[in-house]
Amino acid sequence: MLQIISLLMENKAGALMRVTGLLTARGYNIDSLTVARTLDAGLSRMTIAVDIEPQGRRQLIKQMNKLINVLQATDLSEGPAVTREMVLMRVRASQESRAAILKESEIFGARVVDSTLEGFALEATGDAEKLDEFVNIMQSYGEIEVTRSGAVAVSLESKKLRLSPPIPRGEIMLVEEKNGVA
Amino acid sequence: MSELMSGAKILLECLAREGVEVIFGYPGGVTLPFYDALYDHPIRHVLVRHEQNAAFAAQGYSRSTGRVGVCCATSGPGATNLVTGLVDAMMDSIPIVALTGQVSTKLIGTDAFQEADTFGITRSATKHNYLVKNIKDLPSVIHEAFYIAASGRPGPVLVDVTKDVFMGNCQYEPVNSIHLPGYKVYTEGHTGQIRRAAQMILEAERPMIYAGGGIVLGNAHDELRELVEAVDAPTVCTLMGLGGLPCEHPNFISMPGMHGSYAANMAMSGADLLIALGVRFDDRVTGRLAAFAPHAKIIHVDIDPAEISKIRNADLPIVGDLKRILPKLTANVREIRSEAGSPDRPELKGWWKQVRAWKEENPLVPVYSTTEIKPQHLMAEIDRISGGKAIVTSDVGQHQMWAAQLIRYNAPRLWINSGGLGSMGFGLPSAIGAQFANPDQLVFSIVGDGGFQMSLPELATLMNYGLPVKIIVMNNGYLGMVRQWQELFYNNRLSSVTLDSFPDPSLLAGAYGFKGRTIEHPSELAGALKEAIDYNGPYLLNVKVTPTENVYPMVPSGGAINEMVLGPVQPSPVA
Repeated sequence: MLQIISLLMENKAGALMRVTGLLTARGYNIDSLTVARTLDAGLSRMTIAVDIEPQGRRQLIKQMNKLINVLQATDLSEGPAVTREMVLMRVRASQESRAAILKESEIFGARVVDSTLEGFALEATGDAEKLDEFVNIMQSYGEIEVTRSGAVAVSLESKKLRLSPPIPRGEIMLVEEKNGVA
Repeated sequence: MSELMSGAKILLECLAREGVEVIFGYPGGVTLPFYDALYDHPIRHVLVRHEQNAAFAAQGYSRSTGRVGVCCATSGPGATNLVTGLVDAMMDSIPIVALTGQVSTKLIGTDAFQEADTFGITRSATKHNYLVKNIKDLPSVIHEAFYIAASGRPGPVLVDVTKDVFMGNCQYEPVNSIHLPGYKVYTEGHTGQIRRAAQMILEAERPMIYAGGGIVLGNAHDELRELVEAVDAPTVCTLMGLGGLPCEHPNFISMPGMHGSYAANMAMSGADLLIALGVRFDDRVTGRLAAFAPHAKIIHVDIDPAEISKIRNADLPIVGDLKRILPKLTANVREIRSEAGSPDRPELKGWWKQVRAWKEENPLVPVYSTTEIKPQHLMAEIDRISGGKAIVTSDVGQHQMWAAQLIRYNAPRLWINSGGLGSMGFGLPSAIGAQFANPDQLVFSIVGDGGFQMSLPELATLMNYGLPVKIIVMNNGYLGMVRQWQELFYNNRLSSVTLDSFPDPSLLAGAYGFKGRTIEHPSELAGALKEAIDYNGPYLLNVKVTPTENVYPMVPSGGAINEMVLGPVQPSPVA
C-alpha cells in the first residue's frame, strides 16, 4: 500500500534534489513524484508516493521539514485527503473495435483527446486502482502506449502553515554572538 | 549611489560583516580573483597543505570557540577534498562555512577543467548549500549561510561561487535582513512540557542525566550544572559532551557507552529516568538498543525535532534550546520541591549509594608498567599536566578512547575529537584551528601513529605559522582499534593493521625545522612531556607504548551496555 507525502517548498534550483536525496539515502524507492508551481509562483507543491513503514516515514517527514527549502511536509496517509492520477494513452483500434473502445472510455469517464485512422489518444483521471482497471481493459483491444502522471493529492483539512518571518541583521548577529564564546 | 564592487570584494565585505577573522584554505584557478582580493584585506588567510585539513582546521577553530569556522577551496579537486571535513562537521553539528570556487557559469556542465558538481556532491554533506551564479545573490547568500550554520542545530554550509561572480561587478548594498520562510529554529521549549518534566524528575527514584554534545554546542554548561545540582542526579557526559559538566564535579560519572566506564553504563542500565539533554542516542552509547536503559522513562530535550524518538521513544519530549530550557526546568524542579516542603528523598540517597558502589567496584584508573609505557599511563601524565585545562584534540581509535576516559576536561570546548564520523587525520589539523583561535592556550594533539600519518602535510603549516601545538603520537605500531577487534573477534588474524616504517620523529620534525623525539621507557615520560611543553614551538613527541594494549571496558558490538568486558582476563560474554 502506497503512502502519500505532500510538500510545499520553495521553487528553487536543487530543492527537488534535497527532497529526493533524503529518500535515496535511505534506500527508499519513489513510486511516483509530481511537482509543479502553486498559486504563488515562488513555491512548488510536490506529491510523493512511496511505501515506507510508519516509523521510517515519521522520521523521514521530520527530516524533510528540516530542509531549508521545505516550508511544510505532510503525511497525507494519516488524514483525510484526495488522491488522483492522470493517464494518457494511445490505443491502436481496428475499425470494428472503435465503438467498443469509446463505450469503455465513457464508463471510466475518459476523454478522447485525439482520434486518427490508427486509433485514439485517451485521457483519464481517477485513483490508481481505477486507472489500472482502465489500462487493463484497453490492453484487451490491442497495442497501447501509456503515460501516467503519478499521484497528485490534496489534504481535506487545512493545516496551519507556520512560516518564519524575515530575520533582521541585529537578530542574525545575536544568534552568532550567542554561539560565540567571548 | 553605492560603489561598484567586484564579487570577490563583496564576498570579503560580507565575511568581514560576519566577524570572520581567519579563513583556512587553499587557492586554485577559479578562486584567483578571490585570493587577489584577499591579498590586501585584513581577514587572515591560513594556507593549509590539503583542503580536507582546511575543513578540519575550521572545525577546530569553531569547536574551541563556538564561532563559525570558515574554509575555502577551489573548484573540482579542491571542493571534493573538502567533503570528508564537511560530513564530519555535519555528524558532530559543527558550524562551519565552506567557500568553494566554481567554473564560470557558461562552462558549468561542459566538463571544464577542474569542474565538479560541488553543489550536488555536497548536498548530503551539509546542512544547506548554495550555488551562486548571479552576483546580486551573493550578499544575502553569505549572510544566510552564516545564519544557517550557527543557528538551531548547527552544521556546515557550503557556498559554491562561480568564477564570473567573483570577477563581475555590481552595486553593493549591504543586506540587513534575510528571509528563510521554511527554516524553523526552535528555542523556548513548551512550558507545560517543562513543568511535566520537572514533576517526572522529582517522582523518579533513580534519575540519571545523560548530557551530550548539545550542551557544549549550545553553551549550556552553566545551566547544566545548575540542573545537576538542583536534581542531584548522577550525570554522564557522552564523548561529544565531555566538559559539559566539569569532570571534577562530584555528580560526574564519566562517559557511557562502548568504552564508557563501568559505573556510567551500570547506572544508565539501572536508572528509572534518563534526562537526555542534547544527545542523539548514538549506537556507540546505547549498545543493543532493546537492552538500553530498560527500566528508564525518557525525557529528551533537543533543539532538533528530528532527533526526538528517532532511536528511543521519548516519554516526554521538549524541543528547543538547552540554554533557554534548562534554567526553566531547574526553576520548576526547585519550585515544585519547595511547594512540597522540600521532602527528603531517601530513594535518591539509596541510588547514589549504589552508583558510588559501582564506581568503587571498577573505577576508571590508568594501567602502569615499570618496563613499558602503557597508553593509559601516557594519558594520565597528560591529564596531570593539563589539570583539566588544556585543549586536547584527537583522531579516532584507541588513543581517542583513552584520552576521553583518562584526561579531565573541566570546561567545555577543551576536548575536540571526531565523534560521529570518526575521521582519521582529524587531530592535527583541528589542533591548528584551535591553536589559531586560542594562541595562548596549551594545545595537545593526541594522535595514533595511523591517523598522524594521514595528516603529515600539516607539519609544514604548524611550522609556517609558528603554532606551538604539542603532537603526542601514541605509537603502538598498529591501527590499534582495528587490531583490537581482529584480536577479539577475528581470532587474532591481524590483517593489514601493522604500521611499519614509522618515520624517525627527530628527522621528520627536524626536516620541517622543529623538534621531535621518541621515548619508550616509562621513566622518560614525565621529562619528555615537560620538554615538549617548554619547547618554544611545535613539538613532535613519539611515544612508543605497549603494542597490544586493549581499551577496556568494552561493550562488544551488539551487546547490552551492562555486559561489559572489563579486562583481558575476563572471557567475552558474547560467543
